[in-house]
Amino acid sequence: MSELELRQTTIDAEIAHAPAARRRQRLRLPRVGTILAGAFVVFLLVATAFPVLLETQDPNQIAPSEAFEAPSLAHWFGTDESGRDIYSRVVEGTSTSLLIGVTATVIGLALGLVLGVLAGFGGRFVDYGVNRLVEVLFAFPGLLLALLVIVVYGPGPVTATIAVGLSTAPGYARIIRGQFVAIRSSQYVEAARVLGHARGRIIVRHVLPNALIPIFVLATLGIGQAIVWASALSYLGLGAQPPAPEWGAMLAAGRTYLSVAWWMTVFPGLMIVGTTISTTVLGRALARRGRGDA
Amino acid sequence: MAHRLSGGGRSGRTLRHLGLLVGGAVFVMWAVATLTFFAIRLIPGDPAQAILGGPGSQASQEALDQVRRDYGLDQPLLVQYFAMLGRLLTGDLGDSYALKVPVADLLGAQIGGTLLLALLSLALAWVLALALSLVSTGRGRIATAVGEGVELTAAALPQFWLAAVLIAIFSTGLGWLPPVATGTPSGLVLPVVTLAIPLAGFLAQVMRESLLEAMAQPFVISARARGESAVGVRLRHTIRHAALPGISLSGWALGWLLSGAVVVETIFAIPGLGRTLLQAVTLRDIPVVTGVVLLIALVYVLMTVLTDVASRIADPRLRQEAEAQR
Repeated sequence: MSELELRQTTIDAEIAHAPAARRRQRLRLPRVGTILAGAFVVFLLVATAFPVLLETQDPNQIAPSEAFEAPSLAHWFGTDESGRDIYSRVVEGTSTSLLIGVTATVIGLALGLVLGVLAGFGGRFVDYGVNRLVEVLFAFPGLLLALLVIVVYGPGPVTATIAVGLSTAPGYARIIRGQFVAIRSSQYVEAARVLGHARGRIIVRHVLPNALIPIFVLATLGIGQAIVWASALSYLGLGAQPPAPEWGAMLAAGRTYLSVAWWMTVFPGLMIVGTTISTTVLGRALARRGRGDA
Repeated sequence: MAHRLSGGGRSGRTLRHLGLLVGGAVFVMWAVATLTFFAIRLIPGDPAQAILGGPGSQASQEALDQVRRDYGLDQPLLVQYFAMLGRLLTGDLGDSYALKVPVADLLGAQIGGTLLLALLSLALAWVLALALSLVSTGRGRIATAVGEGVELTAAALPQFWLAAVLIAIFSTGLGWLPPVATGTPSGLVLPVVTLAIPLAGFLAQVMRESLLEAMAQPFVISARARGESAVGVRLRHTIRHAALPGISLSGWALGWLLSGAVVVETIFAIPGLGRTLLQAVTLRDIPVVTGVVLLIALVYVLMTVLTDVASRIADPRLRQEAEAQR
């Protein structure tokens, strides 16, 4: 079992238990939560692409006379130990934090996809082998596998990203395998097989397109987890380092001043929480839509 | 009830199932040890140098040769591998590079505290999750939406941030609880709560699902028809169903908590496996890292076996399914 599988089961359950009428109604009217989550993600995307549009000050402008100022109209999220504006730094750090989260997710998903396809279509022995491998990898719970990767390759943002990607891969592999097994035994794949299509063609033409939306949903769930884990590594001093405005590193910098400046800790963390919640909410909405159409 | 009478065959099957479980656990532990051993060997740099304090220590050639002989590093890799397996079987995890003491002694002194922290958190997470799912499931749209929102938020909270926020509120702000572990029960409150809240979010999501399923079952309707109150039905009948996934998830949950202990023990300055692991990762103290990883994997694997057995005891349907497959 992995964190990801838990998130996935919840989605499946929610869809299974929603009465048909309500399901249809929700297709036309998005929930309030979905709209809020969408707005937050738009904010994140703008902050990534054009941070200048959202920043109220220069994120690296040092102003010692304004150090440790509490949140106010001038500094929405307060200032840090050198008087830098935390709101602007949070905006500035969005691209780094998202980049790390998205890259780690892509790595995990790609590895999971390879393992999942191998297990789902490689025959009984390959399936058995992959399942045992995934089982063994699950015995390194949570961040443990990531820490092992960091011992081998040394700390830093790149290693941390790869480490998080690797440690999420077994979770992806198991879910994707399950999806492929379900698709493999579906009637349209059977029909294609009866028609005499080659295995490779069936995978490319029938299986992958049908697995696409569930995998995309899976990715939205995984991004939140990846951002939390990567920022945890930064916080522990094993990922991005403090001068960088990455959220985890900002939190690590705020740790020393927790008793005098709680805002240095609270706001970067709220961005992580907000990102995780809104990607999960959007993923759920997407899952409902994807299955409602079917 | 017929299957209960064929007692001999049933216990035979139970034994066989148990044998498979234990065999699987042994295989996983062997694979974990092997994987860790060869992963560690990928480390660039000379282990002998690391033992003598890193490249900066300017160790002499004789000292390096001596260390290589002492630690068996001059042997072929496969010989070292089998020597490692042999030592593992006797519980020997090697000596710490940095502290020069046996890793087994180092970890043995700390596992108790970390397990206590993890088990207390697991218990609290269970109670919170059960309460939340019992209160908010099947009580109309608003209660469900609030319950889902709370679960989602709880599951999204990073431990290190939650810890900092709790310290800011309850230590710095209100002054109720110490910001670092003091060895007293009050010092454990914040660490346990930090670990329990996100976990409760995950558990509650799954418990709600199985609670919903249980409440649609005929036995709930018949209990209500017999005149039991809605609350009574929840407490007497459906709570068992809500608890089931909680039991089978406990193996995963304990692993998650032990990994979280790295963060929480570091923030609250609690001596334990997690903090030791982080320090060893920073110092690249390989034997300690390997030891902690193997120990946590062992706890996880044992817990998986235990939860499998516990779910079978709590849920007779699992046993009957096995019978039906015969």
